[in-house]
Amino acid sequence: MYPKWLWAVFALPGVVWLILLFLTPFYAVIGVAFGGVDPIFQNPLPAWNPLDWDFTSFLDTLRGFLPGRTYWGIFLRTTEYVAIALSLCLLIGYPVAYYISRHTRRTKSLLLALLILPFWVSYLMRMLAWVNLFAPEGYVNGFLRWSHLVTTPPDWLNGNPVSVILGLVYGYIPYLILPLLASLDRIDKSLLEAARDLGASPFSAFLQVTLPLSKTGILGASVIIALPMFGDYYTPNIVSGSPKTSMLGNQIDIYFHGGPQPSVGAALTLILSAFLGVLMAYYMYTVSKAQRESQA
Amino acid sequence: MTEIALKSQPMASRSNLQRVRDWIGNPWGRPRFLVLVTWLYVLSSIVPVIIAIQFSFNSGRSVTAWQGFSLSRWYWSDPVDSVWHDPTLQQALVQSLKLAGLDMLVATPLGVLLALGLARWRGRLSSPANFLMLFPLVTPELVMGVSLYLVILYLFTFIHPSTFAQMLGHVTFSLSYVVVIVRGRLFSIGRQYEEAAADLGATPWESLRLVLLPLLLPAILSSLMIVFAISIDDFVISQWLSCGAQCDTIPIRIYSATRAAPLPSVNALAAIMVYFTIAALGLTYLVYRFMTRHERPAGGATASMMGDIGGM
Repeated sequence: MYPKWLWAVFALPGVVWLILLFLTPFYAVIGVAFGGVDPIFQNPLPAWNPLDWDFTSFLDTLRGFLPGRTYWGIFLRTTEYVAIALSLCLLIGYPVAYYISRHTRRTKSLLLALLILPFWVSYLMRMLAWVNLFAPEGYVNGFLRWSHLVTTPPDWLNGNPVSVILGLVYGYIPYLILPLLASLDRIDKSLLEAARDLGASPFSAFLQVTLPLSKTGILGASVIIALPMFGDYYTPNIVSGSPKTSMLGNQIDIYFHGGPQPSVGAALTLILSAFLGVLMAYYMYTVSKAQRESQA
Repeated sequence: MTEIALKSQPMASRSNLQRVRDWIGNPWGRPRFLVLVTWLYVLSSIVPVIIAIQFSFNSGRSVTAWQGFSLSRWYWSDPVDSVWHDPTLQQALVQSLKLAGLDMLVATPLGVLLALGLARWRGRLSSPANFLMLFPLVTPELVMGVSLYLVILYLFTFIHPSTFAQMLGHVTFSLSYVVVIVRGRLFSIGRQYEEAAADLGATPWESLRLVLLPLLLPAILSSLMIVFAISIDDFVISQWLSCGAQCDTIPIRIYSATRAAPLPSVNALAAIMVYFTIAALGLTYLVYRFMTRHERPAGGATASMMGDIGGM
């Protein structure tokens, strides 16, 4: 009923937009990372032709990730922060998602609305709220003094790794809970009833039915928040601002906005993307394997 | 049998471990532990924001100690530091709204067309195009920011860091959200209405305009709303493509303020953004309800709107 070419024509402007402003920019990163550097002005001289690519400076940057070299410490710290923050997010997020999917009837809409609420408050606004609370004279320290839990409350906002990790958890946990909730909601409840009828205790029914069935959901939700966490630089800057807690993203930010060395920054960006690409590929592999197994 | 035996035991003889296990495990029992975690989480996610908004009404200059209530000081009364009178804050508000507006104007039509195209185009290039569309959703903003920054610095040198460049960046990352929302709606509509229209003699143009477009309106509305929200929330892309103080948006102002000595006016600015988003959300909800009043499924407008948005 519609002419055949119509849909291709509809898709054209958007596809062209993405090619020009998503793919080409990524190629620009490659060109700058594999290009040369002006010996006098230290400006990057991007190489657009793959035959002109020069990998020496990129390999230098890559070697920086070897144990004990320039970026080893920062890479370790980034992974550590993301891993701890992710575990905390799961520890808090899974029970929340589980409760809302299993146990709520009348309060479900209310709880869902409350879960979605943080999405409508800007990330920076939530970080501002966090900074206000943890300021030296803020409510958190006020409470600590008042309750006599500690005599000298800690300095939260000056190179304290705990605040960076808590900031990451606070910032990203809403993005974990919703997909997790969606995957828990999809589990067929009759499977649980069957497990109970066959004599499984509630706990082992959870361990042997619910948990395995939500594995891909957990993995997916973790990937959804781990990717942006690895590229985060503003959270450590806002809640700490100290080089002691800087992450890979901060390093990239510094190479562009601090003492500008764009070609090193581009090389780091490329390495970060490759690393995240591997994470993503692993996730997609696991999901497709799980799908094949459930069909078999 | 063991089940029954377990249940008939008196409460006191059950070990604490057993009880914890029951709380986690029993889908039909009363999970006090889960209730506690859930409500603590919900409170801790919302209370800090409420406290931050509260400090925008502080009558003193502190963002950490409450000094009395003042409705308007940091919004418009203070002659130097209020949002209305501090040129940097006022400018950031205008810039954020301008970018969000431009983003809505460009990304929504572009995304609707792309969604239609990708959902129905069966060519050799259609699956790579589908794949390409998903990438911006999983690319960290930093990577996108760096690459857009480098492309306008070294390749598309006719675009300079500017409001225009920021708009291009915002459209690039919000496009895929529009596609995902509209495509979800497109699949739930199906093709039968258009086929019926064609049978009754509608030309392709008429069935697009008179059948498909009205049916897609709720999704278009949700897209406008989402684009507004993610554009006004964006910090990274705006910062990387910024032309300096002239291009500062609200999130950029908040970012630089938290690292200096913030005044409650920054809280007021951030709070204004929350009010805008809530107003936009409320408005969208009402219009959405009105538009889908004849096709209300079980669960009402809220559920179906969340379904449309939750497609992502």
